[in-house]
Amino acid sequence: MDKKKKRFYVRTVILAILVAAIAFTVYTTATKDTVPLLKVGAEAPDFSLVDLDGETHRLSDYKGKGVLLNFWGTWCKPCKKEMPAINSQYNAFKDQGIAVLSINQAQTVFEVENFTDSFNLDFPVVIDKTKSVTRTYNVNKLPASVFIDPEGKVVRVYEGEMTEKMLAEFFSSIKPK
Amino acid sequence: MKKILCVCGHENPEGTTLCEKCGSPLSEEEKGRKLADMRYEGTAIRSKTYNKTIIDKIWNFFSSVKVGVSIIIITLVAAAIGTFLPQVIYVSVPENADVKETYADAYGIFGTIYYNLGLTDIYGSWWFQVLIGMLAISIIVASLDRGIPLYKSLKNQRVKRHENFLKRQRIYGAGEMTAAEVDNAFDLTEEKMKEMKYNIRREEGALLAEKGRFARWGPYINHVGLIIFLFGVMLRLMPGFYIDKTLWIREGETMAIPGMEGYYLESEKFVFETYSEDEQKEEFNQSKKAVNAVAKNYQSDVKLFKAPDDAVPGDTSNLTEVKEKAIKVNDPLKHDGYALYQMDFRLNELKTMHFNLTDKKTEKSLGAVAIDLTNPEKEYKVGKDSKVVLKKYYPDFAGFEDGEPQTASPLPNNPAFIFEMYTPETPKGETSFVAIKQPIEPFGENKYAMKFSSVDTRNVSGLTVRKDKTLMILMLGGIIFMLGVTIGSYWSHRRLWLLKTKDGRLLMASHTNKNWFSMKKDLDAVTEYAHLPAYVDQYDEDQKAEEEEKKLKDKEKEGDNTL
Repeated sequence: MDKKKKRFYVRTVILAILVAAIAFTVYTTATKDTVPLLKVGAEAPDFSLVDLDGETHRLSDYKGKGVLLNFWGTWCKPCKKEMPAINSQYNAFKDQGIAVLSINQAQTVFEVENFTDSFNLDFPVVIDKTKSVTRTYNVNKLPASVFIDPEGKVVRVYEGEMTEKMLAEFFSSIKPK
Repeated sequence: MKKILCVCGHENPEGTTLCEKCGSPLSEEEKGRKLADMRYEGTAIRSKTYNKTIIDKIWNFFSSVKVGVSIIIITLVAAAIGTFLPQVIYVSVPENADVKETYADAYGIFGTIYYNLGLTDIYGSWWFQVLIGMLAISIIVASLDRGIPLYKSLKNQRVKRHENFLKRQRIYGAGEMTAAEVDNAFDLTEEKMKEMKYNIRREEGALLAEKGRFARWGPYINHVGLIIFLFGVMLRLMPGFYIDKTLWIREGETMAIPGMEGYYLESEKFVFETYSEDEQKEEFNQSKKAVNAVAKNYQSDVKLFKAPDDAVPGDTSNLTEVKEKAIKVNDPLKHDGYALYQMDFRLNELKTMHFNLTDKKTEKSLGAVAIDLTNPEKEYKVGKDSKVVLKKYYPDFAGFEDGEPQTASPLPNNPAFIFEMYTPETPKGETSFVAIKQPIEPFGENKYAMKFSSVDTRNVSGLTVRKDKTLMILMLGGIIFMLGVTIGSYWSHRRLWLLKTKDGRLLMASHTNKNWFSMKKDLDAVTEYAHLPAYVDQYDEDQKAEEEEKKLKDKEKEGDNTL
C-alpha cells in the first residue's frame, strides 16, 4: 500500500509541474503583447525628455503629483480629438496637483509646434526623438495614456480616445489626497 | 494487489503478459498468440494496472500511445491549416488599423473566422500551446510508463527461460543431443559469440548471449531530447532569455534600440549594391537583360552608443560610442549578447525638397528654397527681399477632411505644404497649397508659385534585434534527440537463448528488435561453428503458409468460374 501511495504522489507531482508549465506558457504569451513593462501597480519607469521650450522634464520630478502621460502623433485622428478634452480637464485639475506630459512620437519640431499652437495647449509637450520612452512604455498604438499616482505607481493604462468625463474620473483617481 | 502465479511458481504483478522469471505466457491474449509480444518484454505497463483515483485516470489517458499519436496528428493538421492564410507577422497592418479588420477585408468571413480561432498567430494561440503541452505530457508519461519497467525487466532478466518462452520466439530450433554434445555446443557457442562481441551468461543448462541492449533506449533518449527542446522554447518566454524585435532606422537618425535598454543606434548610411556587367559572365548579362540587376550587397553603416548606467530613457545627453560597424547580411553587429542583423531596407525616402519661387508669367526664379523634411523651418529667405513662410506641413497627405488637409502617417510618402509667399510685388503675401502634382491656390489666382525642382533622398535600414540565450539548450535538445534516433535506427538489441531440456534436447531461440537479417547472419555463423540445431523463422513460415492458403483459395474460386 505504501508503494501505491508513493506512486500517487509521484504522478501528482509530475502532472502538476507539467500543467503549471503549460499554464505559464499560455499566460505569458497571452499577456506578452499587452504592455509587459507596464503592469498596473508597478513603478512607472523614469525618463527625461526635452520640451518645445528646451526645458527638460523628468518624471521623478513630478513625485507628489498625479501625472498623465499622453503618447500621440499628428497623424493620429483620435489623438487630435481628445487633445482639447485633455487641455480643459488639465486646467480644471491642475490646482489639485495634476500634471500632464504630452509625448510626441519622434516628429519634427515644426509639426509639433504647429499642432500645439492650433490647440493652444497649456501643458508641456515633449518629443521622444529616439523613441526610447515609447519603447520603454511599450506603446504600440496611439493614443496611449498612462495615469500615474503621486507615489509614482501606474494606476491605469488607457489605449484609445478619452472623453472629458473619463478624464475627469481618471484625474480624480490619481490626484493627491 | 492481485498477483499472477506462473506455472514456474513465480508471482508476477497484475498486467504482466510474460512471466518475469521464465517467460511463459500469462494472459489469455498472450497465450492465444503463436509468437510472444516482445516489445516491452511482457512487463506490466503501469497505466494498464491501476485506475483508481482521478490522477491515475489522467495519467493513464496520457500514457496511451493512441492518445499520443492522436495529439500529434491534431497538432500537424492544425499547423497545416495555419498555412492557409499568411500569419500575422507577415501581414502589413496599416497604422491604427485593427488586425481582425485587416483579415476580414482581405479574406471575408473566412478571414474573420480564421482570426477568431487564433489561426493567424498559431504558435501564440492558447489552444495550440495546450496541444504542444499535452504532447509533452504524453511523451513524458508514456516514456516513464514503458521505459522504467522495460529497464527493470532487461536488467533482471534470467538466463534460464521456460520452454514455452523459447518456442514462442520468432527464431526457434530444437534437436536431440547427448549431454556431452550439449556441453560442447555451449562452450563453442560461448567462444563464437564472444568473438562477435556478445555478452555471455551461463547457468546450469542454459545460456544467454546478448548484444546492444542500449539500442532499446533509443526512443527514450530521443524523447528526453524533445522535452529539453520544448523546455528551451518555453524559456524564451521568460524575461531576458529571448528578444526578437525590428528596428527601422533612417540615414542620419539616432534611435533607441528596442529590447536593448540603454543602447542607441545611429545610422550613417545604407548601401545597396548590384553586380555590374563586367563582374559576371557574359551569358548571364544576356539572360538577365529583361530582369532586374542582381543584388550584391546590403549594408548598414552604424554606430552603437551607450547611455551612462544612471541615465533614464530619453536622456541622450551623455552617449558614449561603443563601436562602429558595417552590418551586412550574415555579418551582424554583436554586443553584450545582442546581435543586430541586416534584414530589410527601403530606398529613396524623401529627405529634402527643393523649390524655386517663380513668377508664373515670366517663369523667372527669384531664388531657391530647400525644405529639409526632417526639420522644416518656419520661414525661408529668398534673395534679398522675398521670403516664403511655411504655414503647414503634411508628410503623408491623404486628402481633405472638412476642408482641412490630412496626413495618414508621419512618413514623408506624399508631402504637402501650405506656403505664404512674400515678394516686393506681392507684399501682402499669396497662399499656395503644394502637394506632389497638385498645386492649389485657395484664395484666387497667384502671381507667384513654388515650383518644384528636385529632391534629396535617404535610405532606411530594417534591422532585427536578436538575443537568444536558449540556443544552447535547443542545441543540446537537438543533439540528444539525434543521438536517440541514431541509436534506435542503427543498433539493434540481439539475444540468443540456449536451453538443455531434461528429455535430452537442445533448444535455441533468438530475438532482436530490428534487422533480423543481420541477426540471422550471426546465428548462421554460430550454428555452423557450434553445431546447434537448425532454426526456423516462424514469422516467415506463417507468412508462407498464409500465402499458400490464399493461393489455394484463389484456385478454388477459379475452379468455380470454370464450372
